[in-house]
Amino acid sequence: MTLQRLGQGTSRGSRATLRGRPELHTDYAADQAILDTKAKRVWTLAIVVLAVVAPFLLDRDVQQLLTRVSIYAIGGIGLNLVTGYAGQVSLGHAFFLGLGAYTAAFFGGVPTGNVRGLELDVLVWLPMAGLVPMVVGLLVAPLAARVRGLYLAILTLGLVFVGEHVWREARTFTGGPGVGRRAPLPQLLGFDLHARHTILGVDLDRETSFYLFCLLLLVVLGVLARNLARSKMGRAFAAVRDRDIAAEIMGVPLLETKVLAFGVSSFYAGIAGGLYTVLLGQITPENWGLLVSIDFLAVILIGGVATITGSIIGAAFVVVLPRIVQGVAPSIPFISGGVGEGGLITVFQLQTMLYGGLIVAFLVLEPRGMFGLWLRVRNYWKAWPFSY
Amino acid sequence: MEELLVSVLRGLGIGSTYALLAVGFVIIYRATDVVNFAQPALMILGAYYVSLYVHNIGMPFVLAVPAAMLTLALIGAITERIALRPMVGEPAFSAAMVTVGVFIVLFIVAFRLIGPNVITVGDPWGLERSTIFGIRVPQVDLAKIVISLTTIAVVGVVLKRSRVGLAMRATALDQEVALAQGVDVGRMFGLAWAVSAALAGLAGMLIGTGSGGVGPLDAFIALKALPVVILGGLDSIKGAVYAGLIVGVAESLTRSYQPGFAPFLGANFDVVVPYLIMILVLMIRPYGLFGTPEIQRV
Repeated sequence: MTLQRLGQGTSRGSRATLRGRPELHTDYAADQAILDTKAKRVWTLAIVVLAVVAPFLLDRDVQQLLTRVSIYAIGGIGLNLVTGYAGQVSLGHAFFLGLGAYTAAFFGGVPTGNVRGLELDVLVWLPMAGLVPMVVGLLVAPLAARVRGLYLAILTLGLVFVGEHVWREARTFTGGPGVGRRAPLPQLLGFDLHARHTILGVDLDRETSFYLFCLLLLVVLGVLARNLARSKMGRAFAAVRDRDIAAEIMGVPLLETKVLAFGVSSFYAGIAGGLYTVLLGQITPENWGLLVSIDFLAVILIGGVATITGSIIGAAFVVVLPRIVQGVAPSIPFISGGVGEGGLITVFQLQTMLYGGLIVAFLVLEPRGMFGLWLRVRNYWKAWPFSY
Repeated sequence: MEELLVSVLRGLGIGSTYALLAVGFVIIYRATDVVNFAQPALMILGAYYVSLYVHNIGMPFVLAVPAAMLTLALIGAITERIALRPMVGEPAFSAAMVTVGVFIVLFIVAFRLIGPNVITVGDPWGLERSTIFGIRVPQVDLAKIVISLTTIAVVGVVLKRSRVGLAMRATALDQEVALAQGVDVGRMFGLAWAVSAALAGLAGMLIGTGSGGVGPLDAFIALKALPVVILGGLDSIKGAVYAGLIVGVAESLTRSYQPGFAPFLGANFDVVVPYLIMILVLMIRPYGLFGTPEIQRV
C-alpha cells in the first residue's frame, strides 16, 4: 500500500521532467499488461494503422506478399506456442496446415467431378479448419508427449510423411496428386472476400479485402496467444519447457500441458492452412511437404523463440527473403534462374542455404532471434547516453 | 511360398542397406551428439565414386569399392574438420542444422558430378539369380545382405576390441574424461565421420546395384534411415541392425502383398510403413528397441 502510494506520488511529481516512470508498476495488472508502456501502445497502434492503410498504397503483388506474411505469422504463432513456449520441437507443422487446408476446402469448396465440397460460408469452414486439426492434434499429442528431444522431432517428421500419403490417396477430398482441388469460396455472409468492392467510397481490390480479413485474424489470434502465454497455462508451458520434471513436482500436469500445447498449436496451423489455401487458389498434396515445416521452423527461430512479436517479424522475413533473393540473383554471376539454365546453384538452392545459414547464425549468436536483436537496440537507446 | 521368400529376401537386402546407413548415424551420434542429415548426400557420392573408378579409371569392381569408401572417408573427415568442429559446444539443434547445410552443399556437388542421367556402379551381379534350397533368388539381394552385415560386424568388432575403438567409445561416454585420459577427442570426431561416411558410401553402391542404377534423387532413400535409427534407438548399433532389417522386410512385404490384400490403403503404401512402425514402437518403448533411456535429473 505504501509502495503503491509512493509510486504514484513519484510519477505524478516528476512527470513534467521525466515523462513518468513507465517501468514502475504498482499493481499486478499493470505489471502483466501486454502493452505496458506508452511507447508500446503508441507504436503498436501505429503499426496496426500502417498495416491497414498499406494495401491502398502498394502494388497488388506486394499486397499478396503481405497477405502471405499474415498467414505465415498465424502459423508461426501456432508453432511458437508448442515449440517456443512449451519446448516440444515439432517438425509436423506442415501436416496440420495441410489438414486445415483440406478441411477448409471440403467445407467451403465447390464439388467438381468426384471431389466433394459443401460450399459453406467462411463462418463455418474457417472454424472447422481450426477445430479438425485441433482434434487430431489432441489425439496425436498423448503419443508425442511420451518422447522428447530428437525422438520427438523425428516422430513428428513421420507425421508429415504419413500425411502426404493420405493427401495423395484420399482423392474424394484432396483431388489426388498433381491435380489437386480448388480452394474454398471466401464468402463471408454473402460478402465475397475475393472480389472487388466499393465500401463508403473506398475501392477495395480483390486482394485487399482478403488481406484485411487475414490481418484481422492475425491481430485477434495474436492477442489470444499472447494472453494464453501470460495465463496459468502459459506459465505451465514455460515450466514444462525449462525443466519438465521440476514442473511435474510443482504440480503442473505434464501430459495435460503438452497435449493442450499441441492442440492449440494445431488449431492455429489449421486456420493458417485454410487461409493459405484461398491465397494459393489450387492446392495439391505436394504443397504440404517437409519444406513447409522447415519454413515455419525458420519463422520462429529467425523471428524469436517464445515471442509473439518475433513470430510476426520472422514470418515477414521468411516471406520477403525469397523475393529479395530473386531480385538480387540476376546480378550475381554464378546463380541461375531456372532449372535448365547453367550456373552453379539455382535461386531456390541459394534460398535454402540462406535459411540454413541464418538459422545457425541466430542459434549461435542470438538465440532470441530478430526479436532479441530488437531488444538489444531498444535497451541501448533506453539507457542512452549511459550505455554500459 | 517362393514369392514370400523372395520378398523377405529382398526386404533383408534393402533392410541391410538401411542398417548400414543407420549404423553411420549411430556412430556419429554417439561420438558427437549430432544427428547427421548429410548422410544421404554422402551415400550418393559413394555410388558416384564407385562408378567413376569402374567406368572412367577402369579399376576392377572389388578394388573400386574400397577405393570409393576411402575417398568418402576422406570427404567425411574434411567435412567434420571444416563444418562441424566449430560447432562443438553449441546446441545440438544448431549442429544438426549445420549438417543440413552440409547436405545441401554436398548434394549440389553430387548433382553436378552425376548430371541428369542415371549411373551404374558396374557391379558383377546385375540381374543374375542363383538357386538356394530350390528357390531362385536374385544374387543382388544376397550380396547386399552379406556385404552389409559383414561390414557392420567388422566395424562392431573394431569398436569393441581395438585401442582406437576403445578410444571412440570413451569419447562417446564422456568427452572430458576421455580427454583427461589422453584420448585425442578431436581426432575421434573426425574418425567417426570418416567411418560413417565410408559406410554411407558403401550403402550408396549397394543402392546402385542390380537393375536400376542410381540418380541424384535416390539420395532421399537414405531418409528412411531416420525412422530406422529411431526405431532401434539413437545410440545403439545393435538396434540399428535389427531395426534396419525389420523395416526393410516390412516394407518389402507391404509392397508385395498390400495391393492384393488391402488395396484401400492406396498406391505406394510401402513408403509410409517405416514411419508407421516407428510410431507404433515409440508408443511402447519411447527410446526405441535398444536405446538407452535418458537418465534425467532435476
